[in-house]
Amino acid sequence: MATTRALTRLATRRTAVPPAIFTRGFASVDPIAREPISKAAEAAVPDPARKPVPESQTSTIKEPEAEKGAKIKTFHIYRWNPDEPSSKPRMQSYTLDLNKTGPMMLDALIRIKNEVDPTLTFRRSCREGICGSCAMNIDGVNTLACLCRIPTDTAKESRIYPLPHMYIVKDLVPDMTLFYKQYRSIKPYLQRDTPPPDGREYRQSKAERKKLDGLYECILCACCSTSCPSYWWNQEEYLGPAILLQSYRWIADSRDEKKAERQDALNNSMSLYRCHTILNCSRTCPKGLNPALAIAEIKKSMAFT
Amino acid sequence: MASQRVFQLGLRRAAAPGFVTFQPAGRIVQRRLAATQNVTATESNEILAKQRLQRPVSPHLSIYRPQITWYASSLNRITGVLLSGGLYLFGFAYLAAPTLGWHLETPSLVAAVASWPVFAKVAAKATVAFPFFFHSLNGIRHLTWDLGLGFKNKTVMQTGWTVVGLSVVSALYFAMAG
Repeated sequence: MATTRALTRLATRRTAVPPAIFTRGFASVDPIAREPISKAAEAAVPDPARKPVPESQTSTIKEPEAEKGAKIKTFHIYRWNPDEPSSKPRMQSYTLDLNKTGPMMLDALIRIKNEVDPTLTFRRSCREGICGSCAMNIDGVNTLACLCRIPTDTAKESRIYPLPHMYIVKDLVPDMTLFYKQYRSIKPYLQRDTPPPDGREYRQSKAERKKLDGLYECILCACCSTSCPSYWWNQEEYLGPAILLQSYRWIADSRDEKKAERQDALNNSMSLYRCHTILNCSRTCPKGLNPALAIAEIKKSMAFT
Repeated sequence: MASQRVFQLGLRRAAAPGFVTFQPAGRIVQRRLAATQNVTATESNEILAKQRLQRPVSPHLSIYRPQITWYASSLNRITGVLLSGGLYLFGFAYLAAPTLGWHLETPSLVAAVASWPVFAKVAAKATVAFPFFFHSLNGIRHLTWDLGLGFKNKTVMQTGWTVVGLSVVSALYFAMAG
């Protein structure tokens, strides 16, 4: 009895697996055009791209106790408070004595939060460039605040913005929901049907393992994706460099058996081919990886099969 | 698994000496001075939805540092649009010319341009030549990228500036020549 039940369950499960075209995840383009979320937001809020109030029109919060010989540097930081939803974002200025501040931008932010203005909000965790929490736009370039030195030239003022073209939760904290959803859509895990030949583990040759170098180090900080103009304009459908690098990490993995399905999920006009090799992604990656090369390898693998 | 943890936690609480009567503030119990309010899941979803509608988009194009990567890419797009748009415009005008009575044949165009002052000639030729050379040379870069070559940051910068330099030089050459 039990055996038959198990067998029926197995049989129904096998037949219940839909053909590949219906199993496309978030990555593919819907045949029925969806109204993007941003459209709804545009209808509700007249101008989501409200220009921040420039620093010349906001106050400057000064270093608490400036001493003689202090190296005073000015930081202009993007602020927006969700408790006052109709207010415009503004550039708040802070001055800090670099002699009392650590060497990195994150140290400056933490010092501002601890000693000057506790309402400043940002994400941070590991302070050594392995968690990817403190990704932000510093002096015009996306990077991790913990890996970015404060330029010691005090004549130059530093500007800190959140990651570009993201919905802002508060101050320097962007809403990453869509980014993580997109990551989920590429199925970032090993997919195999056959058991390992020796019954113990899936083995790789040294050459096969070497293909994953420069891919597995990605910490998903979203610096590259949010530096990509293509991702700015087509965030809802284009996956963006970070997710495509992750996708290639599984396509290139010799142990994965769903290479064809993975490629098929990317084979539409939006998911992958919105990459126009602008190459801001590789230029900005704080971990020194090359998402643009990974995307080019995906395109190559799909063109020459 | 979860039940096991709850059980363990209960054991620990029970083992803690005088947990209920004696509370050394800040040691065992975290004190929250901010007033909080319990919200049901649906209510919190509503709050989240309302917040999401209000969220501003962070600044992008206007604050990103000018780099050869995205400047060259946008210039490539713009020159492409100019060149193909110009070709279409001229093509349709050429087709419509006989019916509209315009004179767009080569000899009449040559004669018209020949009567221009030198400055206007050079400027007109440069405005056509620069987009043409930039787009063509940058196209070679794009073709190599499609082959998976030249993706190092340093190479990208070098080839980018080389393309800009070469297209300026050749645009000037063809603007001055003839």
